[in-house]
Amino acid sequence: MICRDHQIKELETILGQTIAQKILALHAGRAAVAVDELVFAKVDMILGTDVTVPLSVEVFRRMGADRIFDPKKTVLVNDHFVPAKDMKAAELSKTMRLFAEEMGIDNYYEVGRSGICHVLLPDEGLVKPGDLIVGADSHTCTYGALGAFSTGIGSTDMAAAWAIGELWFRVPGTIKIEVNGQLPKWVGGKDLALHIIGHLGVEGALYKAMEFTGPTIRNLSMDGRLTLCNMAIEAGAKTGIVAPDEVTRQFMSKFPELSYTPQVADSDAEYVEEHHFDVSDLPLQVAKPYLPSNAVPVHEVMGQQVHQVVLGSCTNGHLSDFQLAADAMKGQKVNPKTRLIVIPSTKDVYLELIRSGLAEYFTEAGAVIGPPTCGPCIGGHIGVLAEQEVGLYTTNRNFVGRNGHPTSLVFLAGPAVAGATAVAGEIAHPDEI
Amino acid sequence: MDGTVFKYGDNVDTDVIIPARYCTSFHKEDLAPHCLEDLDETFVARVQEGDIIVAGNNFGCGSSRENAPLAILGAGVSAVIAKSFARIFYRNSINVGLPILECPEAVDAAKDGDRLSIDLHNGEIRNETRGGSYKAVPFPDKIAKIIEVGGLEEYVRRRLQNR
Ligand code: SF4
Repeated sequence: MICRDHQIKELETILGQTIAQKILALHAGRAAVAVDELVFAKVDMILGTDVTVPLSVEVFRRMGADRIFDPKKTVLVNDHFVPAKDMKAAELSKTMRLFAEEMGIDNYYEVGRSGICHVLLPDEGLVKPGDLIVGADSHTCTYGALGAFSTGIGSTDMAAAWAIGELWFRVPGTIKIEVNGQLPKWVGGKDLALHIIGHLGVEGALYKAMEFTGPTIRNLSMDGRLTLCNMAIEAGAKTGIVAPDEVTRQFMSKFPELSYTPQVADSDAEYVEEHHFDVSDLPLQVAKPYLPSNAVPVHEVMGQQVHQVVLGSCTNGHLSDFQLAADAMKGQKVNPKTRLIVIPSTKDVYLELIRSGLAEYFTEAGAVIGPPTCGPCIGGHIGVLAEQEVGLYTTNRNFVGRNGHPTSLVFLAGPAVAGATAVAGEIAHPDEI
Repeated sequence: MDGTVFKYGDNVDTDVIIPARYCTSFHKEDLAPHCLEDLDETFVARVQEGDIIVAGNNFGCGSSRENAPLAILGAGVSAVIAKSFARIFYRNSINVGLPILECPEAVDAAKDGDRLSIDLHNGEIRNETRGGSYKAVPFPDKIAKIIEVGGLEEYVRRRLQNR
């Protein structure tokens, strides 16, 4: 013990800690942790969905576990294949429902009250600054927008976390991403994300945490931050984090009953890499098939015919995203040669679409509004692409076969390009339709 | 163990390892017939028990689905050697018992169809066709211990029993 205490003392005196290190240290009961060290740390929230929970339930039982270490720290969300797309999907949801009943999990979200997990959890007050969150879904990194350490795991990991309340983590080095400049008109969090991933590459942040900082990030809305952190995994990162600030405090003020301890990096924190971006002239971005890192300015792909536009997902599923797309459409109709599928991400977003009049506008324009679901984002249902069809999606991945037939092509973009494209029937800039 | 190399490039993602449309099941037998079908239609028909997948950087990137290493195991593959692995896939493979070896030199030297033999105990890879011998990056101590007791499932079972 003397030796370890000595090491810790040394760490504290030598190194400042990043947010990622601080959160992991706190949850491992340590004063400080070193990069690449392996620690067991206690988790604050464990997220599971209809696709990943049933396997976890099987593993959980094989482990000989009979109760969840803390049912309040578990949330189960029906989102991927719901409303059940077929009988097998129905069985998955049923397994999750029965498990929730058996284990006394109150945070169980059934169809109709549910939504895409990564939009739902922050809106339900289930994730907080300073938390250590794991989820059996790779985009769990989204909650870094609130200043949490939040990362994706698999089903066996989830079963272990349910059983013992902790998991092993390799402490990641942190890449600092500093962003300067005022984002131009139409350009938002998604363009920022695609631009940064385009620069780093899909494995540029492998095993690392990304910390987004600088004036642009401080001025970015919570919706924009959620979009940015959501895509950290597309650069291979373990998590994406924004230091909690006034925007975070504003967001959390919706939940006065919640207490939390925000963590910020020490002024002498050590970063493994630093990247600086100036985005004052950043053009709208589009990622070409088949990688999210194939980002180019929209002008390079304008004119590309598109059969289906999908608006929604955990990346761009907030009211502000739908509003931006509608603004870009400028009251015009969906092009006769194109389909526009609008997926409100949660029940609350659905209601907002109705109350704001956007639901009526999209429907009259010729779009179809689906229920809250992952659906087309995962090529599951409600808008799967046929052979050779081309899509433009506000989702986060455009891998081969992700959204339908392996020969289909998906371009990724933000809501502004999506709206303009739906009207033009080909990839378009909102100022040029 | 030894087997024939099936060589692929960088960023083999979990969507091509096992597309979501088949992820309404999480049992190896159901997943195996579709393993890698969007990347290499002929893979499942050609792969033999014990064969080895060799790939570039960032193998297993994308979705957290544990169905991916399960599909590979179900197809009879004995190990995956890559230049690097995406982190969730790395965890999942350890957890389901799919041997993964990080070894850029072995990847560069191996060609599709080569015969490799692997000694998992010391991380040694031999290319029987070309004669080279390589050492994989060892697992960190704590992970090696989890693998030693039989994986995370067994580790948790023991912890629960000792409670
Ligand atoms: S919307 Fe897409 S990326 Fe997000 S959780 Fe659902 S399937 Fe995953």
